[in-house]
Amino acid sequence: MDAPAPASSDAEGIARTRMRRHQFLYNLGRAARTPRGKIGLVLAGFVVLVAVIGPFVAPDSSSAFITIPYSQPSAANLLGADTLGRDVLSRVLSGGWQLILMALAATAFGVIVGGIAGVSAAYLRGKPDGFIMRTVDVILAFPQLVFALLLVSIIGPKVWIIVLAVGISHAPQVARVLRSATLDISERDFVKAVELEGVSPSRVMAREILPNLVTPLTVESGLRLTYSIVIMAGLSFLGFGIPPPAPTWGFMISENLIGLSSNIWGVAAPAILIALLTIGTNTFTDAVARVSIGIEAREQLPLLAPDIGIVAS
Amino acid sequence: MTGEQLAAPTVPDFAPTAPVRLSVRDLRICLEGDTQSDVVDEVSFDVAAGEVLGLVGESGSGKTTVALALLGHARRGLTITSGAILLDGLDLLGLSHQEVRALRGLKVAYVPQDPASALNPALRIDTQLEEGMKAHPGAVNDIPGRLAEVLEEVRLSAGLGHLRRYPHQMSGGQQQRVALAMAFSCRPSLIVLDEPTTGLDVTTQRHVLDTVRNLCTAYGVAAVYVSHDLAVVGGLVSSVAVMYSGRIVEIGRTDKVFGSPVHPYTRGLLAAIPSPERSELLRGIEGQPPRPGRRPAGCSFAPRCELRVAGCAESPPLISVADRGVRCWRASEVVTRGADPSQPIPDRDMTGGTVLDVANLTVSYGRTPVLHDISLRVPADCCVAVVGESGSGKTTLARTIVGLHTNFEGSLTFRGAPLAPGMRKRPKESLRRVQYIFQNPYTSLNPRKTIGQIISQPLEHFFDLSRSERDERISAVLKDASLSDEFIPRYPDQLSGGERQRVAIARALVVEPELLVCDEVTSALDVSVQAVIVELLRRLQSERHLAMVFITHNLALVRSIAQSVVVLSDGTIVETGSVEDVLERPQDPYTVRLMEDVPKLSVATGSPA
Repeated sequence: MDAPAPASSDAEGIARTRMRRHQFLYNLGRAARTPRGKIGLVLAGFVVLVAVIGPFVAPDSSSAFITIPYSQPSAANLLGADTLGRDVLSRVLSGGWQLILMALAATAFGVIVGGIAGVSAAYLRGKPDGFIMRTVDVILAFPQLVFALLLVSIIGPKVWIIVLAVGISHAPQVARVLRSATLDISERDFVKAVELEGVSPSRVMAREILPNLVTPLTVESGLRLTYSIVIMAGLSFLGFGIPPPAPTWGFMISENLIGLSSNIWGVAAPAILIALLTIGTNTFTDAVARVSIGIEAREQLPLLAPDIGIVAS
Repeated sequence: MTGEQLAAPTVPDFAPTAPVRLSVRDLRICLEGDTQSDVVDEVSFDVAAGEVLGLVGESGSGKTTVALALLGHARRGLTITSGAILLDGLDLLGLSHQEVRALRGLKVAYVPQDPASALNPALRIDTQLEEGMKAHPGAVNDIPGRLAEVLEEVRLSAGLGHLRRYPHQMSGGQQQRVALAMAFSCRPSLIVLDEPTTGLDVTTQRHVLDTVRNLCTAYGVAAVYVSHDLAVVGGLVSSVAVMYSGRIVEIGRTDKVFGSPVHPYTRGLLAAIPSPERSELLRGIEGQPPRPGRRPAGCSFAPRCELRVAGCAESPPLISVADRGVRCWRASEVVTRGADPSQPIPDRDMTGGTVLDVANLTVSYGRTPVLHDISLRVPADCCVAVVGESGSGKTTLARTIVGLHTNFEGSLTFRGAPLAPGMRKRPKESLRRVQYIFQNPYTSLNPRKTIGQIISQPLEHFFDLSRSERDERISAVLKDASLSDEFIPRYPDQLSGGERQRVAIARALVVEPELLVCDEVTSALDVSVQAVIVELLRRLQSERHLAMVFITHNLALVRSIAQSVVVLSDGTIVETGSVEDVLERPQDPYTVRLMEDVPKLSVATGSPA
């Protein structure tokens, strides 16, 4: 018997193969080419740029008292001065990278912990499922910010505690999303096929199930990153962030509030940057989600692939 | 392709005597924004009043696309580029969107594939039935009267009692009758049926089909019946059009086309239908049909055709041969060839001992027993078929044997040693020796892994091999499954259903099992692919001296692969014996009924299959 000819033509085949191998990067790349993705990327990219380059181009020290408190913007202090007479521009430029790094770390931590919990709960079922999901319910009963505040106020405002607290507060949401995705996948025959070989549960989860969760994981990570930024900024606004005199955007807003009428920039500059960053990450995540589920899958239309087989007979 | 040949596609004998209701001319449907890639091309046919035309073909042949075009509709991503659809002389394609919508339900009605999802579960039946009539004011004057009448016509026996029900309170057959009633309520001129009986059991299918035919004759309605099931179509329709890759390859009266098929594709398709009466090798059609919109130049069937010659590089026109239209250069030669001889299945000696012994097995889900006191023996080098309707417990039996289901009493003995309940309790070696092939190749392969990774996975798990040894075994097993090395870097969604099932077979065989459990492995596949897969399994089983349990609902397949058969009904074995004994001299009334219900290709038009 001759081997039947491969079903798809080469160019298309290679493109799809590449897409499958780097599903995560592929989706990000495609999302970046949609209008929505471009907007998100530009907004978030601008803020990240400010945060990364900022510390190197800041005109003054972020903690030096150089002029009169709440002085108006001038040639020397482009955004005026803050409550203690420090240069607002320098503080804004120097204060972003910690927020972004901490938000990323908290998101990574939350997604990993929540992911492991959610996938294990769905795949192992029974007692592990009950234990994990009831724990999740308990954590969910606290508002995210309150939960993070609780941990930080008990243990103290250390960077690792803040990251951990915000990360843990994300875990339940991530666990829920991934649990429902895993419930569906773990019932598929290809998982059964590997189970029938006697492969251990952890290996089945890592090798068979996880690769099928790339899409929900990507989207969930983006969403959690947005929340991380907001909660991080919120914590430092409330005074539970990195302690002063470190220039953090959140704390800048709160310490300069009383001088709002004298120099609006002490509040507006960090607030605008936080807003742009969250709107940017959220918009880009939305673009990724749309691309992943195919709303904007205009590039290659697999609409008529005979793969749909039974359905399209 | 010349215009003259297209203009007169119908053959003299095929020309209907009754007035022509529907006339389709040179229909061409393309991918949106790409007029070069046609999905349907050069489709022309006529349907007279009271006549039912069967539109048959396999997945991706374009039959549903044509059916939807008859309602003036193109699926998303498609566009009707040229041609004419004349309904009582009115060209649907020349009308505006609003005008077409006014005709839908009134002049042309549609019966969908799956009534369970086509009926709104939140609305009562009467509301849904009246909806169509109310949408066309003036079409029906006495709506309650017509409602009663149409229920009578579709033989919804309890009649008005059904009206206050919700769809879920009705059986599948009743739901399909409701869908029929909706379609017939405004007395349309044309009714399009899109595989309306696919989900129904054989007896119900027959009743629904009878109803359709009677209604069409009684009210002079033209009907187009789309189906992949040639046996069902054979009994129902007066004329038939066989589609392949978006074109009609053979069209004519059913008795002519199915009785003495001419086009190599029709011949292949008919030969691929298994028969419970003959013991012969199943012959499928090798290769895959071209993807929709990617038809090769020339005759689209040529790459898979045994009769291809150099001339087939040019696209053949629909020519009139032996009272039908055929799109094949060699049609006139084929007519004189007659039927291809069938090959009997070679005998084999079964001398080995018992591989699997199932004794007094009672399996339960929770506290509900689904299998009662099952005992069967699978000798070495032998295939035992387990046959039964859905719900008979045959898949549960398979899952219990391989260890996916653990709640059972009784004993499973494999090569003299007991099999523990559940795969987790079985030693690695026993898991290797018993392999399972899943029903649906669309879900049994991990979409995120390449074919190479999928087949390599069990090898890595069960054997300690070097990379090159693994690669060698993967190549060898792919070759055995009639696939080439080209498939190794591909992903499952780049493969057709048949190819996927071959990969699943390769994955099971690569660890050199002794017992292969196949669970309805062809039920998701087209008939021509089914034949190829069954024949592949038969060949591999005999070459590798495997013991095999072949689960199927299709009694006809049994003859082509198994040596002995077990008939299951409601979780009990009602009959068991050699294939020949059971199929030729069925004793149990249930087996007799199953035999009668096997769709047979009856070419005598006018009588149900």
